Amino acid sequence: MARKSRLHIPRPSARPGDKPDFSYLDLAPAGSVDKPAIDARTRDIEHLSSGLVRVLDDKHQAVGPWNPNIDAGQLQIALRWMLLNRIFDKRMWQIQRQGRISFYMEAFGEEAVSVGQAMALRPGDMCFPSYRNQALFMYRGLKLVDMMCQCLSNTRDMCKGRQLPVMYHGKAANIFSISGNLSTQYPHAVGWAMASAIKGEDHIAASWVGDGSTAEADFHHALTFAAVYQAPVILNIVNNQWAISTFQGFAGGERRSFASRGLGLGIPGIRVDGNDLLAIYAATLWAADRARRGGGPTLIELVTYRAGAHSTSDEPSTYRPKDEYKSFPLGDPIDRLKQHLISIGHWSDARHEQLEEELKAEVLAAWKEAQQYGTMTEGPFLDPASMFDDIYAATPPHLESQRRYMLEIEGS
Amino acid sequence: MAQMNMVEAIRSALDVILDKDPNVIILGEDVGYFGGVFRCTDGLQRKFGEHRVIDAPIAEGGIIGAAIGMGINGLRPVAEIQFADYIYPGFDQIVSELARIRYRSSGDFFSPVTIRTPCGGGIRGGQTHSQSPEAIFAHVTGIRSVMPSNPYDAKGLLISAIESDDPVIFFEPKRIYNGPFDGDPDKPAVSWASHPKGEVPESYYTVPLDRAEVVVAGDELTIVTYGTLVHVAKAAAEEVGVRAEIIDVRSLSPLDVATLASSVNKTGRCLIAHEATRFAGYGAELAARIQKECFYSLEAPISRIAGWDTPYPHAFEWQYFPGKKRVVNGIRKIMEEG
Repeated sequence: MARKSRLHIPRPSARPGDKPDFSYLDLAPAGSVDKPAIDARTRDIEHLSSGLVRVLDDKHQAVGPWNPNIDAGQLQIALRWMLLNRIFDKRMWQIQRQGRISFYMEAFGEEAVSVGQAMALRPGDMCFPSYRNQALFMYRGLKLVDMMCQCLSNTRDMCKGRQLPVMYHGKAANIFSISGNLSTQYPHAVGWAMASAIKGEDHIAASWVGDGSTAEADFHHALTFAAVYQAPVILNIVNNQWAISTFQGFAGGERRSFASRGLGLGIPGIRVDGNDLLAIYAATLWAADRARRGGGPTLIELVTYRAGAHSTSDEPSTYRPKDEYKSFPLGDPIDRLKQHLISIGHWSDARHEQLEEELKAEVLAAWKEAQQYGTMTEGPFLDPASMFDDIYAATPPHLESQRRYMLEIEGS
Repeated sequence: MAQMNMVEAIRSALDVILDKDPNVIILGEDVGYFGGVFRCTDGLQRKFGEHRVIDAPIAEGGIIGAAIGMGINGLRPVAEIQFADYIYPGFDQIVSELARIRYRSSGDFFSPVTIRTPCGGGIRGGQTHSQSPEAIFAHVTGIRSVMPSNPYDAKGLLISAIESDDPVIFFEPKRIYNGPFDGDPDKPAVSWASHPKGEVPESYYTVPLDRAEVVVAGDELTIVTYGTLVHVAKAAAEEVGVRAEIIDVRSLSPLDVATLASSVNKTGRCLIAHEATRFAGYGAELAARIQKECFYSLEAPISRIAGWDTPYPHAFEWQYFPGKKRVVNGIRKIMEEG
């Protein structure tokens, strides 16, 4: 030990110009982690938080105790959702670059998280998402055109023009409204789950934050409440390695896994290959069953990589090696599922290309329709008078008077 | 003298003070290697090292709490909160701790933290990247609240804030980082190069923390304003053709009442303009103080132009923003009264 205290500054393994280096990631072969009983005691399954649950091996075979044995038809559907997510994102990114929407955030590289977890949850389960969970909305039935209308802040925008692009919500789909502030939804999910237990229902809640957001106090509040009341909730940490420019070491990920954050409170943690749809599905189903049977909360870390920029306002080549994602040892989630399906004789490159073309056409058609409801520059436009609605259940007099004055000014 | 925009002026202030005082450190999200999302700390970590310009976890309460602790231990921390809209997780640390440490320890402890935070709308930021929460903090006794409206003041006030033994919240109106803005989004952007306050000395200087500034002299009307609205008010007064005296408050708390009062006692009319919401807003304090000091000189009721009492809506940024049209209307109305 050194004889003086020192200030440790975490440093990522590679900066621009360096060779990508993911040797810091603790990996484990597919199938190497055991699958405990649903009612296992937390103290007996602590190792799940430091291992890595993987089903798809390097030869694209599904192996080991966590293999959920989903039939090929279901896997093709999952592949479709992931691909739709990616194609949708690429189109919206392009649309932002053309100045047609003000902002965008893509889920590039992380598509398996939302799709795999959505598949494992029931429709009555409530989702409290972050801003890279767009496939949750798609899977739960939101139309692409409605998501695009939100991004356009146009006359069909579910948020009535009040939120930044991608801050969707889906009341009928049981998905809560996305906040621009970080981790605030985590305690909400716990409270929702507590209410479910109070009411004697078997619905559970699920929420998502990034590795960076685990630093926020709300993350810790959520864990404490979930542990104290054994709330039926799945708390997910999407560890995509980067929080804008700071790598996961700045959220305290250098010495212990994020999945182990709950152990001190007695919350079991599972560290999962976040680019392996089968592993994600299996781990989420395990946690959901456990919660539904009174086993309380589970913390799931999904190890993935933010292949794209944080947002359209970010330029990652200034702080990390360009194309670092190509070296990510857990590969690409879409490619891995595709290769698996091909290897079991239920998919082909030709079918994949055909699906891509179909989805591109679907996204393009949705975009054409969305523009009919207005864009940032061309009408129809939302009525600005509506900005005074929904602040309170009923609009109080001082806001009504401001609304009248605003219309007078805008009309003059 | 150099030409600087507000980002460069703020960076220059930080550069100068990091160089001058080894106890100054910077702490915030993305401020180090990356140089800040608005580039205000660009290059400073390279120049001063990782122990002086420190990247922080995403935890505003942690950033402010840790900055307070560093301050108690003799450092002079400058904490950056990436957007003012993100400051609320640090609210308890600001209100219950930062603002009261000196008082509750009868002066034995204090923590001279400066919190820099970009505020205001006009950049299509929606309701979570556009807020102007200055009144919430001006209401808290024990901290100073400051908002510059130009590069020269930004640098001088920031150095004063950092050197002050009082905690300061330093609001940076981000719409005018790159140039003054008269409230018309359809006009081409203007740079600070053509503005006299875009002339900024490269070396150390200060602007006092407790002085308002008369930006334009006039005798028919006083417009009391700060931040982005200083530029909107100038353009509006020019459009109406009124000889308005425009005062940039700069230091929101403590407030330089004397400068405001002497102007309103001269002009007899007072219009207050700010971007933040109106209800219980900072303008209410201004109106109350001016009314008390100038009641017998007033020829018309004091009037306020402010953001609507709604969240900042993404689609209706320009209907929300109290732009030139609203200020012009306000000026016309107050000139007709009395």
